[in-house]
Amino acid sequence: MKTIENVSLHVSRRGFLHGVLASGVFVLSARFIPEPLWAAEAEAAAPPFQPSLWMSIASDGTVTIVAHRSEMGCGSRTALPLVVADEMDADWSKVKIDQATGDPKYGDQDTDGSHSVRSSFDLMRQVGATGRVMLISAAAAQWNVSPKECTAESHFVVHRASGRKLGYGEVAAAAAKLPIPKKEDVPLKKRSEWRYIGKESNSLFDLPEMVTGKTIFGMDATMPGMVYASVEHPPVLGQKIKSYDDKATLKVPGVQKTLTIDTFKPPHQFQPLGGVAVIADNTFAAFKGRKSLKVEWDSSPHSEYNSAPFRKTLEATSRKPGKVVRNIGDVDAAFAKGDKIIEAEYYTPHLAHVSMEPPVAVAEYRDGKVLAWAPTQNPQAVQETIASVLGIKKEDVTCHVTLLGGGFGRKSKPDQVAEAAVLSKQLGKPVKVVWSREDDIHCDFFHSVAAMYMKAAIGADGKPTAWLQRTVYPPIGSTFDASATYALDEMSLGWNNLPFDIPNHRAENGPADFHVRIGWLRSVANIYHAFAIHSFADELAHNANKDSVQYLLDLIGPARIVPLEYKEEDADEKQRYPLDTARLRRVVEIAAEKSGWGKRPLGKGRGMGIAAHRSFLTYVATVVEVEVDSKGQVHIPNVWTALDAGTVVSPDNIRNQFEGAAVFGTSLALFGEITATNGAIDQSNFNNYQLTRMNRAPRHVDVQIVKSEAPPAGVGEPGVPPFAPALYNAVFAATGKRVRELPLSKAKLV
Amino acid sequence: MIQFKVNGQAKTFDGDPEMPLLWYLRDVAELTGTKFGCGMALCGACTVHQNGAAIRSCTTAMSDVGGTEITTVEGIAPMHPVQKAWMEIRVPQCGYCQTGQIMQAISFLKDNKNPTDQDIDTAMSGNICRCGTYQRIRAAIHQAAGHRAPTHPAPKHQPVKHKAAKETA
Repeated sequence: MKTIENVSLHVSRRGFLHGVLASGVFVLSARFIPEPLWAAEAEAAAPPFQPSLWMSIASDGTVTIVAHRSEMGCGSRTALPLVVADEMDADWSKVKIDQATGDPKYGDQDTDGSHSVRSSFDLMRQVGATGRVMLISAAAAQWNVSPKECTAESHFVVHRASGRKLGYGEVAAAAAKLPIPKKEDVPLKKRSEWRYIGKESNSLFDLPEMVTGKTIFGMDATMPGMVYASVEHPPVLGQKIKSYDDKATLKVPGVQKTLTIDTFKPPHQFQPLGGVAVIADNTFAAFKGRKSLKVEWDSSPHSEYNSAPFRKTLEATSRKPGKVVRNIGDVDAAFAKGDKIIEAEYYTPHLAHVSMEPPVAVAEYRDGKVLAWAPTQNPQAVQETIASVLGIKKEDVTCHVTLLGGGFGRKSKPDQVAEAAVLSKQLGKPVKVVWSREDDIHCDFFHSVAAMYMKAAIGADGKPTAWLQRTVYPPIGSTFDASATYALDEMSLGWNNLPFDIPNHRAENGPADFHVRIGWLRSVANIYHAFAIHSFADELAHNANKDSVQYLLDLIGPARIVPLEYKEEDADEKQRYPLDTARLRRVVEIAAEKSGWGKRPLGKGRGMGIAAHRSFLTYVATVVEVEVDSKGQVHIPNVWTALDAGTVVSPDNIRNQFEGAAVFGTSLALFGEITATNGAIDQSNFNNYQLTRMNRAPRHVDVQIVKSEAPPAGVGEPGVPPFAPALYNAVFAATGKRVRELPLSKAKLV
Repeated sequence: MIQFKVNGQAKTFDGDPEMPLLWYLRDVAELTGTKFGCGMALCGACTVHQNGAAIRSCTTAMSDVGGTEITTVEGIAPMHPVQKAWMEIRVPQCGYCQTGQIMQAISFLKDNKNPTDQDIDTAMSGNICRCGTYQRIRAAIHQAAGHRAPTHPAPKHQPVKHKAAKETA
């Protein structure tokens, strides 16, 4: 049996610390001890003022850098330590990464919102630079020379005049005894001195293990003595067990027993859905036992949820005035002037995340405390959720983070980890909960279903004089407040910040009730907002007989900072990340130029479309070329994307993210649709919830990264939003058919 | 009693003969490089070799394993040109599906040493990558086949010296 100890060797070792930085975020240490045993866990969690630690050096020179964000495929676990290593002039081949457990001492650990690098770049630089300064000081003291005469060079401190060298491991112990220098005494490297940041040679830290099968994902984590569990969840949100019959289940070889999990009390938040768990010797026995389980469920207020009539409700709401979230000029007065009016409605269905690794977790409850291993984007949410469900302190929940087999926002919500903890408490032994793909699709926190209504008045020059946009969908807030019907945070995701130069503009949001769990999915509300805005922009371009790229540039208008309302907590965004139309125009121009827009014959059945959308503070323009064959099937020979994400850490990884975003975008544009019948989800696996496979994926994706010294912005999500509208605009160019709903598989193109 | 070989070692199994090979490998043999993705042979994450041919272990019952030789990604040693190409092209994002992709590609390249894009699409479309690394997978297969990578947009680079290179090279 592979034990937790050797799992931990892969993914968690923690440096023992002494020597503390004034800012409370830095420790140098010559000692390094493994610590994930139960007793040590408790000890490590105890001292309340123990400072956070981000980096330590062992006497053999091994540098251990803490990754406080999860790795779900976006590269955060590599990028942040790379920044530390760069500033301290460490040799990357001598760096180990210590994946942090959930702990508020690391600050926000939620790997979402494409903000890991954005939020931690400056701190990581400071951590690394402080290390460099202290190592230099320690070596200089040993040589009895001034630190100013010494430099750091790839894991050595070098005394220039004498040519003497000391390895980082050799001076670590002395460095740890030095006082921590003040921030102003710690110079950061010049950009020209960066050895890793922005370099093409950066690759994922875990790459060798990934290609040899040695990585430990959540699916691979084990604890000694654990049992396996598979949970039959209520098919409709909020249902409780009326009765169940497990006689046949208990006869399945390997099945030990069944247990129940209480249905959540609203709001559901990240609590377990409830249900009947089959406990078994292995995953297969648990799955098999579930097949013969008979459960009767009581009623739920959501049993009437049917997607077709719900769509009509959303659309009806979208035609009525809603809550105004941004207002410029007076659209009503402009509409009354008698200009040409164009209206259009757009619809996008629920989507499921379906990361390749379904939800899974292993947890042990012992003596009022919980130890969990999980593929989570947010280990602190694991602590909070388990603490709340079990009525224990969150400090008594230790959450180790494995690698994630994809996340896309699903794994910010740790309901399956809470299930494992609840079951372990009942059983008195560690439990591994494994969700099937069917569980994953039936019980997701779904991307919301949305209806958008758009209306514009067109002036003599073909440009809009007024633009009204209204969006309606069950909000993510309903996951936290069962009475929530209006969107909140979603408004800043491409709705209350339209970067167009239009004198009269109003953005509205209408109310909608939830009937399934709603959650974040890669780029979130930007998906439907960008789909409506950029489909509509293209409709207006064609209506005006203008070139789509030129029309888009005209809509964006001259280079300027778009005045937006910022919340108090977004002061940093206002100051460092103003919405700059010059940057948006540039990516449009680059994507258009690279694609040969308007300059090459495409042939019959082919067309190109464009969309440009800023999300997670990154400016992205995407041109999609499609070929629609005689059967109406859409092929995507080419995609060109240009992005400006400010300062970048790993450019090749960013290209990979945007290549992948084109495939993710293809999935939601061509195939993705989750529907409900009487409250239960109709789709179940990859046969009826299709994802893009290689034969339908864009054949070639070209990614251009704008060179920029602006502060770093997001890269995991921003490639997604412009893809679907660019694709649909290309389909219009190819076929003359304007499709106003996702996915395209529902439309007849020939 | 079912007798078979895994990565060259003789094994026996007397549990539920309906158990898919996938769960035997993962839960019993503790070879976790083979991944669970769908349970219905729809995604390819569980791909292993049976007598050298790629199969989906999630729908291969243990009763069909007797007398055969199973190879998992852990049994691919030393590092295969396909794995090396995967590293050089830097294919993975999350990495979860990649062992299945690699096992599929190794088997495919054994039968087709000079594949076209079309051949690769046909051979690889049973393997889903939710991160969307298909362009790089195609490039890596071409590279492993000794082709110049024609579709990969990134310039070729020497990967930085890596901490685990010794273990895996």
